[in-house]
Amino acid sequence: MAAGGRLMAILELSQVMKRYGALIVADQIDLELAQGEALGIIGPNGAGKTTLFNLIAGTVRVDAGAVSFAGRDITYLRAAERCRIGISRSFQIPHPFGGMTVFENVLVGATYGAGKGERASYGRVMEILELTALTGKANALAGALTLLERKRLEMARALATSPRLLLLDEIAGGLTEPECRELVEAVRQIRSTGVSIIWIEHIVHALIAVVDRLAVIDFGRKIADGDPRQVIESPEVREIYMGIEADA
Amino acid sequence: MTAPTPFEVSQATRTSRVAGVIAIAAVAVLAAAPLWAGRADMRLLSEIFTYLALASLWNLLAGFTGLVSVGQQAFVGFGGYMLFAIATFGGIHPLATVPIAGVLGAAVAVPVGILIFRLSGAYFAIGTWVVAEVFRLVFAQISTLGGGSGSSLPVAVVRSIASGRDLREWFTYWCALVLVIGVLALVYGLLSTRRGLALTAIRDSEVASESLGIDIWRTKFLVYIVSGGATAMIGALIFLQKLRISPDAAFSVNDWTAYVIFITVIGGIGTIEGPIIGTIVFFMLRETLADLGSIYLLILGLVAILIMLKSPRGLWGFVVERFGIELFPVRRRVQVGALQGEGKAPREPG
Ligand SMILES: Nc1ncnc2c1ncn2[C@@H]1O[C@H](COP(=O)(O)OP(=O)(O)O)[C@@H](O)[C@H]1O
Ligand SMILES: [Mg+2]
Repeated sequence: MAAGGRLMAILELSQVMKRYGALIVADQIDLELAQGEALGIIGPNGAGKTTLFNLIAGTVRVDAGAVSFAGRDITYLRAAERCRIGISRSFQIPHPFGGMTVFENVLVGATYGAGKGERASYGRVMEILELTALTGKANALAGALTLLERKRLEMARALATSPRLLLLDEIAGGLTEPECRELVEAVRQIRSTGVSIIWIEHIVHALIAVVDRLAVIDFGRKIADGDPRQVIESPEVREIYMGIEADA
Repeated sequence: MTAPTPFEVSQATRTSRVAGVIAIAAVAVLAAAPLWAGRADMRLLSEIFTYLALASLWNLLAGFTGLVSVGQQAFVGFGGYMLFAIATFGGIHPLATVPIAGVLGAAVAVPVGILIFRLSGAYFAIGTWVVAEVFRLVFAQISTLGGGSGSSLPVAVVRSIASGRDLREWFTYWCALVLVIGVLALVYGLLSTRRGLALTAIRDSEVASESLGIDIWRTKFLVYIVSGGATAMIGALIFLQKLRISPDAAFSVNDWTAYVIFITVIGGIGTIEGPIIGTIVFFMLRETLADLGSIYLLILGLVAILIMLKSPRGLWGFVVERFGIELFPVRRRVQVGALQGEGKAPREPG
């Protein structure tokens, strides 16, 4: 936490725009995240949530607007560099390194993302496998994992890069209630180490158990951002979420 | 935090240790070839070595970094011409020019790489081929190197390799053996260390590699330059054995790329073992069928199509799937808890 009571912004998006052809998927988005803060993002499918992560992580470049991280303008920084300075993301659709073992998948994050030597990373990798309940799969080929395991691997790899900002994209879908509670506990634990988090999730009660703030994205626009309960109960959001029940 | 569970990480397997011992024995036997093999056999073995080396390098490019080049003959021919130029006009011992050709090949790969790395996918492949054609046309213009019809290595230079024909052929044979071992060691070294993690990761998912901090462009570029340099060394050696060079032979897409792709694809692309199996199969086919002329080429094509249909990851992919064997283990295996109480587990700081 920064001195003087004010929290330093770890991430700042200003007037970020992205379009695919005629489709505007990020429409003048302003977003700020304080150091150590956890933000939840909800919104219908196709609203532009994952795109927002792509823009923050550098997988996709903004058409207009600016992105800054810890006070540094990173609008034109490539994804690999953004990872190395502390931005890490999980993919909604897992992208495992299928021909490598689970252990090696996580080792990639630890060596390249966190910039450590291979042997010096082994201990950290094992810790992360433990946290993400993948220890038993350490020697399995990532290509042979189930979807749920792949999702856990996404989180494990992202964590291994020692991020200052962790972007989690729909990691709870398909989990049973006890599994979901475990996940919430794991995310809380990560957070308690000072990592700032943005978490996209449809399972609102899981989000609310962790985040300080909730933002809503619809048609590429940020239509709400604030205290989670107030956001959930606002009429605008209720309207969008008629289908997706907020069972918190 | 819970107390850390003891664990150990290793790469070797039992099969790989056995394979290592066999490999050392095989190298010893091959090094002693002048004692047991005739001139023709040694020539064939040299050729096998050069093809194995070329295929391993092409596999490194295409199988791991996704750089599908159909223009590696540019480096083979360039290396060959460098040998002729330096040995003829530089007065340097022909064997010593092989590493020099390698350095020059790597150097020329830098501008070529910068140019063609702007292209992707099929355009990259076409670009590499165009570059090779440009090389061919340029060397055909250099009249001191024989122009379009080529030239032979001057007798004085040939004599300077070694006193006597036998000794000369032994030297070039050993040179080929050293090169292929060097290339295999290079590929294995690249893949089994930290850099290999990046290469394999890029092979499996570029988008994930990038978001985990791997600089894809730099990694690929490095591999391109290394393989360009090594390919040029092999090219120099090939033409040191042939003693004659011409633009068409030096920059032959058939000889230095098509066969090499065949070898890699049937053996198993993206594995270290694949090119080895592929080379063995290729030479077995060639030695038994080459007299059939164009039918031989048809059979090669059929074999390639059959294997690609039946086992898309090549013969080695089939072996791995069936028997789970790894001769060059690049995978890291973790043993958790098994070493408890032995105090062998590494203690990791923080
Ligand atoms: N690379 C792309 N090219 C074209 N359209 C895309 C691309 N990526 C995403 N889209 C479109 O952008 C919209 C937003 O996608 P996305 O950000 O994945 O939404 P969400 O994560 O909120 O479900 C969708 O309509 C999707 O089809
Ligand atoms: Mg999405």
